[in-house]
Amino acid sequence: MPLPLSYNLKNLTVRKTTTVMTALGIGLTVAVLLGILALVGGLEKALQATGHPLHLLVMRKNSLSELVSQINREAVSNIRNKPGIQQLEGEPMVSPEIVTVINLPRHNSPEGANVNIRGLPPMGIRMRPNLKLIEGRWFQPGQREVVVGKSIARRYVNAGVGDRLRIGRGDWNVVGVLDAGSTAFDSEIWVGLNQLATDSNRMEVLSSVLVRASDPVSLQALRNSLADDQRLYLEGKREVDYYQEQTASAEPVKFLGIFVAVIMAVGSCFAAMNTMYAAVARRSREIGTLRVLGFSGGSILLAFVIESLLLSLLGGLIGVLLVLPLHGLESGIGNNLTFSETGFDFRLSPAIVAVGVGFASIMGLLGGLLPARGAARESILSALREL
Amino acid sequence: MVNDLVVEATDLHKEFRRDAFQVIALQDVHLTIERGEFVAFMGPSGSGKSTLLYLIAAIDRPTRGQVKVLGQDILGLKERAIADWRNENIGFIFQTFNLIPVLTARENVELPLLLTHLSRQERSEHAATALGLVGLSDRMDHYPRQLSGGQEQRVAIARAIVSDPSIILADEPTGDLDAQSAQEILTILSRLNRDHGKTILMVTHDPHAARHASKIRYLEKGELLPEGAPQPE
Repeated sequence: MPLPLSYNLKNLTVRKTTTVMTALGIGLTVAVLLGILALVGGLEKALQATGHPLHLLVMRKNSLSELVSQINREAVSNIRNKPGIQQLEGEPMVSPEIVTVINLPRHNSPEGANVNIRGLPPMGIRMRPNLKLIEGRWFQPGQREVVVGKSIARRYVNAGVGDRLRIGRGDWNVVGVLDAGSTAFDSEIWVGLNQLATDSNRMEVLSSVLVRASDPVSLQALRNSLADDQRLYLEGKREVDYYQEQTASAEPVKFLGIFVAVIMAVGSCFAAMNTMYAAVARRSREIGTLRVLGFSGGSILLAFVIESLLLSLLGGLIGVLLVLPLHGLESGIGNNLTFSETGFDFRLSPAIVAVGVGFASIMGLLGGLLPARGAARESILSALREL
Repeated sequence: MVNDLVVEATDLHKEFRRDAFQVIALQDVHLTIERGEFVAFMGPSGSGKSTLLYLIAAIDRPTRGQVKVLGQDILGLKERAIADWRNENIGFIFQTFNLIPVLTARENVELPLLLTHLSRQERSEHAATALGLVGLSDRMDHYPRQLSGGQEQRVAIARAIVSDPSIILADEPTGDLDAQSAQEILTILSRLNRDHGKTILMVTHDPHAARHASKIRYLEKGELLPEGAPQPE
């Protein structure tokens, strides 16, 4: 039978300062990792949840984003007549759109950041039924009116209903705020297609065309048809794949964060190891006594590993508590494909918390194993003779 | 009579290296202890008293020779089996008490019982009984730091007897105690020997303590002097 858990707990509480300092070191490491994972998790949630599975986003061939894609109106007519497109009240579900960027000042950053503006026809709105207007009303065609995503409304200056935004040649009234369910559209400003085309002198050149296929087979057929049509020089990408690819924007941050966390983890492992070596040295006679009483070397090893694990779990808990206030915090990250900022909420999911606790446990295990092994292997006699 | 031998040591020899020197701790010791004996081992420091005790408890291994304890050749046992055997048959009392500071008196006494199949309730009852035997029923929930030296050693005795071992080995049990506490400890050991039939092997420097034993054996420079030999100068 192993030594009782109370033995480990009491030993940790007896040396409070050492325990707290070591746990704090582990906690900070866990907090860095969890902070990064919460950021990446939030961004992935925003981008991965965007798009409809039957939507095909048509752009010029080899365009990495809508911003750099160009499609003329003649091509739009051509696409409209392709078979396999779902109809809505007798009209094909096709939305030609213009995407451009403007710079808006943020509440905490006067120099501002780029924001996507999407000009789209009424069909474009109808094709995205999961959006809901949470304030105001939709823009009127032919008017300089915009509806902003909720992330824009919260984070940018003068972006609330009733405010005016300078876009292109004139000022536009903010008439509504849309909630896109924490997807990428929450970070966009939506306006009428034709009004944006007029103001930005882009009457003939659009950015993309969103098409809803009747079914997955038709979607693939449409893709093939576009790829084969050398005249159009277009390609279709599943809308969900398009946004999924944008999660790559978070990769450098994720890499850097994990790199820093791993470097810190090495330091924390040594801190845990140092604490446990000190514990073993201080309790050498105690270890010898337990061996004399009949506890095996394995029981001693287990006891010290458990103690190290408890220490690291305390660190993991501190790390989670440190990072908990970040949960739900709204932020944004520059998207290197759209040259604009994508807003997201830090998301501390149970899975991410589990990763943090697991990470802390690994630190505890690695830090505790060598000292515990030393304790278990020391001869009873030399353990008893230590002062 | 042979069946009543609890310790049989033959040609027991122990050498170890300290820095550049080879030290002989015990040489060619022959020893038999009968069940129910209370034997005191005396001799100057470095005479091999404690080494002999450690070899009998299988805490250390001899360089050569044989040790049988309760008929068991303990040198033939593997480490795990030795730990179990020690837990079952040997109660050990240290000069410095060696209680676990973070555990209460009751928890300290319960430690050897964690290796048995007793339930939590049974362990607690056995610990309470053992502490009662050493007169510490009212100190069960005290931590070692809250006890006097004499009380700590009584807890250590309770821990040594809680699993009802046949043999109690005591290494200078009164060495760190004042005269009154030492007397209390010796009284308890005498009672355990007389009333409970425990075989007790006690290492001591103190002639007064040794007088509580039924037999005194002297060691000198690693040699066990013949029974009845006078105390060496």
